Amino acid sequence: MLPVPTSHSPALGPGCAGPSLAYASASTRSDIAPPSAQQPCCGSEPFMVDPSAAAGLGLRRHTDTPYVTGTSVLGITYKDGVMLAADTLGSYGSTKRYKSFERLAKVNDATVLGAGGELSDFQYIQTLLDELATEDYCADDGMQLTPREVYAYLSRVLYNRRNKFDPLWNSLVVGGLEGGVPFLGTVGMIGVHYTDKHIATGFGQMLARPLFRERHRPDMSEEEATELLHDALRVCYYRDKQTTNKFQIAKVTAEGVSVSEAFALETQWGYQAFVNPAANALGTW
Amino acid sequence: MFRNQYDQDVTTWSPQGRMHQVEYAMEAVKQGSAAVGLKSDTHVVLATLNRASSELSSHQRKTFKVDDHLGIAMSGIISDGRSLCRYMRNECLNHRYVFEAPLPTARLVRQVADRAQVCTQRSWKRPYGVGLLVAGFDKAGGKLFYCCPSGSYYDYKAMAIGARSQAAKTYLERKFEEFASADLDTLIRHGLQALSASVTDGELTKDNVSVALVGKGTPLTLLEDADLEPHLAALADEVGGDGAGSGGAMEEGGGADGASAPPAAPDGASGAAEAAPAPEDEPPAPMET
Repeated sequence: MLPVPTSHSPALGPGCAGPSLAYASASTRSDIAPPSAQQPCCGSEPFMVDPSAAAGLGLRRHTDTPYVTGTSVLGITYKDGVMLAADTLGSYGSTKRYKSFERLAKVNDATVLGAGGELSDFQYIQTLLDELATEDYCADDGMQLTPREVYAYLSRVLYNRRNKFDPLWNSLVVGGLEGGVPFLGTVGMIGVHYTDKHIATGFGQMLARPLFRERHRPDMSEEEATELLHDALRVCYYRDKQTTNKFQIAKVTAEGVSVSEAFALETQWGYQAFVNPAANALGTW
Repeated sequence: MFRNQYDQDVTTWSPQGRMHQVEYAMEAVKQGSAAVGLKSDTHVVLATLNRASSELSSHQRKTFKVDDHLGIAMSGIISDGRSLCRYMRNECLNHRYVFEAPLPTARLVRQVADRAQVCTQRSWKRPYGVGLLVAGFDKAGGKLFYCCPSGSYYDYKAMAIGARSQAAKTYLERKFEEFASADLDTLIRHGLQALSASVTDGELTKDNVSVALVGKGTPLTLLEDADLEPHLAALADEVGGDGAGSGGAMEEGGGADGASAPPAAPDGASGAAEAAPAPEDEPPAPMET
């Protein structure tokens, strides 16, 4: 049989590294009862938890909380396709630990992925998608995953992992172009997913989304879309302490996927309110 | 019955470089009744002739829906075919669950072929004794594949497998250039014509024929029983016209051959001869009868 990628274990479901051959199944052993409605075809126990996660005393806990995190990802559709934007900071708690972490990644010729949350989990998700891209390449039939398929796959992976009590701690944004139509969707760490014309994750949901609602149109030109994203990023930088002034914009058009070089935005800190920030915020001290 | 000393084991080569067990499996495909597949630019159609083991029994089904975009017709050991069908359904469902998209036909066919190939390289296994015609419609368009017990698979414009399929193939080879632009009804008609060429005794009826079709915007549909009647009636009209009123049940297949192409007659005859053993050894238990 063809080797199955370990991270797509038939025993554990999508996105779980684990046994695929270690567990005898009806297809490899004839003395095992064929699958029924109560038993998965892979021959494993129904609702099985990853044994490596369950090994030892109690469940593995070190992935339960995020360590190095990224903040919001913004995405909008426009006339020619989709644009995603994010800063390049990997925060270690409140420490600005990694200042050039690229949180926007090309998935294939028509899809781009942006991620916030635990950045090592994002890197793991990238290896999952690389595996799928390798499979597509090996099939050698010119087909590759569409943005919608990538989005469906990621929602299954994240939902499956949260059901194993081992979530991938990410908010993902998938953007792409499918048959000339822009696609934009987001997947949360517990598997919540939706598509929209404009999307922001995390704090950006509060800071950038109102701007999008006010100014976004699906027929925006590239310049207008870029300007809108710049303004939204600037607001995020002003208001969200986990953001640095170093951003990237990825775009998917009919020409393909491009992720820009990191750039900084003009900011204005001379406002009177900034000079003495405590003046208007009388606290208990 | 043993042909030689090199056919006891699937993994043993003969000095001529052949694997006899695999070849026997491919023979099994020829024992089953005929299955025909053909495609136009917009649709793919499968048609099978279903046998009944006795007057009292129902006809053996050999056309199956795998998924909304994909169906198969088989010839040979149908129980082997059903297990492959279950595998294919499972793969399609898994793919739909994970990607919310239909599994591309070519990818599935390759998986099935890989599965069949494993059986030709393990001493404790037995090759599948069934040939599959796989019809699918996906983003790559309409596809018709033949999956062989040896693990080979082929992409076809039109193909016939099973007993006396040579006569059906002859019909398809003569007509395939018309298929691309044919509408669905015409395509079904051509499929039934081809199938009728492989019938020597009796005729195509709504009981012994199944048709599966799939196309752009048309999910896979099985036509059986009453759904087939208009197509069979139209076929009878055509044959009646061609055969210059030869009529009669026996001439139905032969009439089509004899009317339009003399070369088909020897093919049909050789097909009959090749399949002659099938009715003789009545109880080949696992085979479709």
